Amino acid sequence: MDNKRRQFITSLIQASAAAAAGGTIVGAFVEENKNKPLTLRPPGALKEEDFLKTCIRCGLCVEACKNRENKVIIDGNEIITLKLGAPGDNVAIGTPYFIARTGPCFMCDDIPCMYACPTGALTPDMCKNDKGEVAIDYAKMGVAVIDPSSCIAFWGLQCTACYRACPEMDKAITIEWKKNERTGKHAYRIPVVHEDACTGCGMCEMACVTEKAAIKVFPRDVFLGKAGDRYVKGWDKKDQQRVKNASTKTTTETGRSKLSPIQNLNQGVTWDQ
Amino acid sequence: MGSIIKNRYLILRRISQLTILFLYFAANYWGLKILMGNLSFSKLFNTIPLTDPYAFLQMLFAGAVISSDLIIGVVIILLFYGLIGGRAYCSWVCPVNMITDFAAWVRRKTHHEKDNLINATKIRNFRYVFMVMMLIVSTVVGAAAFEFISPIGMFTRAVAFTLGFSWVWLLVIFIFDAFVLKNGWCGHICPVGAMYSIVGSKSIIRVWHNKDNCTACGECLKICPENQVLSPVIDKKSDYISGIECTNCGRCIEVCNDNALEFTLRYIINKKGENNEKTATN
Repeated sequence: MDNKRRQFITSLIQASAAAAAGGTIVGAFVEENKNKPLTLRPPGALKEEDFLKTCIRCGLCVEACKNRENKVIIDGNEIITLKLGAPGDNVAIGTPYFIARTGPCFMCDDIPCMYACPTGALTPDMCKNDKGEVAIDYAKMGVAVIDPSSCIAFWGLQCTACYRACPEMDKAITIEWKKNERTGKHAYRIPVVHEDACTGCGMCEMACVTEKAAIKVFPRDVFLGKAGDRYVKGWDKKDQQRVKNASTKTTTETGRSKLSPIQNLNQGVTWDQ
Repeated sequence: MGSIIKNRYLILRRISQLTILFLYFAANYWGLKILMGNLSFSKLFNTIPLTDPYAFLQMLFAGAVISSDLIIGVVIILLFYGLIGGRAYCSWVCPVNMITDFAAWVRRKTHHEKDNLINATKIRNFRYVFMVMMLIVSTVVGAAAFEFISPIGMFTRAVAFTLGFSWVWLLVIFIFDAFVLKNGWCGHICPVGAMYSIVGSKSIIRVWHNKDNCTACGECLKICPENQVLSPVIDKKSDYISGIECTNCGRCIEVCNDNALEFTLRYIINKKGENNEKTATN
């Protein structure tokens, strides 16, 4: 009997050790796998961290996207936006995503993917404006970013492809006119993205005429910065109100700011002989 | 014809597994709204939710906010397998079962059933520890950890959505089962199987063993993927196969040439007292 118990305890410890080893490997794999910050999610997706917790990887959103009423056919090919991450797609396995250049979100009015989600990983709560109205226009899938060095509009060529492709035309992308000093009689017509109206659908990226898109959509967390509460637009009453209700710290501590100013001045300065 | 009747449960199981896969595929490609989603979460007839209880548990441990759809789905599944089916999910629904059965078949055909790199009996209960471990990992990394590596999810998604490198993982399972450890994945590692073992431990449908017919030929023990559930009963007593790991696949019934095994309903028959009669008359 005692021998049996000893055997049991031994095998239990062995199994636990093996499971701990397996768990560590899987944990590392999961951690590595979920850290894909450039993944574009369907409209209404929770913040990436919460999304990965909540998404059960059932693919109902993908089915809803694929079987929507109006199929999008471009050059004879049916364009399907949402895909489900398979191993090798460089996306957290089994989660929905889209690639803007080849299959952007077409911003269906009824948002079938979002309402198909059973877990709340895609939720109307994340597709609202300030008044609480839900519409695809308020989706925040990502934000478009322009590379001025390859955008031919910045070269002085006439393009406006992204501007015209944008479902939120004149809100998310506007055209700024600038005088072309080189010729003196031509104009630059430069696209400008406004992040507050941009849904990140990726229509601009698909429409972009350059070999590799000069306008790209990134998840908002990746691209957008944050000025913090210490900078104020003095000319904007609303902005002053914002600072009154400021909750975040307004000072930044860096390694350098911990030192006294005099130390800062005297350190690291080399004088030319 | 005789072989069809002889292998009736095997054929029915393959039909069941393939039908489910086909319905998932049809739901995605043709919008056929019979069974949508995949084995982690499905919608039957576009209304009835069905949730994998292990995925549900992982989400709980990861700290997700659980929706009502998921809870209803999990209750339905728990009621079905807990009251009726036992661990039938593993042999009648899960598509990975086809791969592991194929690996076991290869083993039988090449006569190297006993060639294991790992001691099989020693790690029988590894899956339960691994199941708990995966929940802990889910908490630590803040995501449903097993879903990242689950071959069940990969198989169903590969059929219904995109393949990717899923086939590599399925090949690994096959090689592991065929050459490293007999019934290695389903019988020793898979935490979903462990979950359903626990869920279905009190279910009604069970295999009944009739000692009087048994000639102790050992065919059932050879074919059973979880033969530790058979060994305490076979040739020892007339009783139900009550081991929780029994997948109700019915292979033992099919290979038995002496009619010593059959499907029965556990508690109902017991209450009527037919339990004793059976032993007496036979």
